[in-house]
Amino acid sequence: MTIEIISMNGYGLYVWSSFIFTLTSFFALYHVIKIQLKKEQEKFKAKYFDLTEEKTESVKKQKTYKEILAFTNISKI
Amino acid sequence: MNIFYKINNLSFKAQKYVFFLFIIVFSIGIVEALVLSPADYKQSDSVRIMYVHVPSAWTSVGIFSVIAILSLGNLIFKNKYFLTIAKSLAPSGLIFNIIALVTGAIWGRPTWGTWWAWDARITSMLVLCIFYILYILSWRVFENKESVNKITSVISILGLINLPIIKFSVEWWTTLHQPASITLSGSSIHSSMLLPLFIMTAAFVLFSVLIFLMKYNTELIKIKNKGLDRI
Repeated sequence: MTIEIISMNGYGLYVWSSFIFTLTSFFALYHVIKIQLKKEQEKFKAKYFDLTEEKTESVKKQKTYKEILAFTNISKI
Repeated sequence: MNIFYKINNLSFKAQKYVFFLFIIVFSIGIVEALVLSPADYKQSDSVRIMYVHVPSAWTSVGIFSVIAILSLGNLIFKNKYFLTIAKSLAPSGLIFNIIALVTGAIWGRPTWGTWWAWDARITSMLVLCIFYILYILSWRVFENKESVNKITSVISILGLINLPIIKFSVEWWTTLHQPASITLSGSSIHSSMLLPLFIMTAAFVLFSVLIFLMKYNTELIKIKNKGLDRI
């Protein structure tokens, strides 16, 4: 059974390389986009912590900022 | 509430749910495609390449259509969110296009005896890949906001002309590539093969939604980072 799945009636090389290429591409794209997202989150965090208390309060009131704060797990104590 | 604010709020929450849904659907699809589905009576097990080749081609063409429509929408309604959504869709569209080309070449070797042919369908898919690259590069190269909006919109609208060529190339010209097996009037593929094909298509669509959400959230945080500078 296992050998049959691996050999795929002699087409194993073609079938497996197609699926491995697809999986590798998925993983690479996911990884690249995740790095970009993390980078922007870190920038956001750094800028947010630099804000004065007054500015922080005004940021917290805005809906989209609220979502980003929740998403990036930022809590400024 | 503006629909775009709803999308913004939803995009942060939806990301992890889409990720888990993708993992589940993709796992089922892989088992169906590699183990449970039958081999073809002519192509034998090489037919299994169809389960990654066809969904990636469909998704890539579908994504470019959406990008072109959104770009057209931006030119008409001048709404920046159209372009942000279009820009966020492009990376997954390009990857699916590359997967379709590479797996098509791998499938071509045992089926046609060649890795590549300047066949109308394959060439038009390569042209689509060039449009995707130009579109993504434009966002990186041009810094002026007005210019990049116009250039990316023009590229995607020009690329839209290529989409009917991709679709009808197998009917308009004599090609190595087979005509469509699934049409609006029915399918010539047996249900035992259709099921994994549709499951894998659903998984690929979910993956593109996941990448879109991640990229869209990145763009959104980028915009808000600029906003923090102005506060």
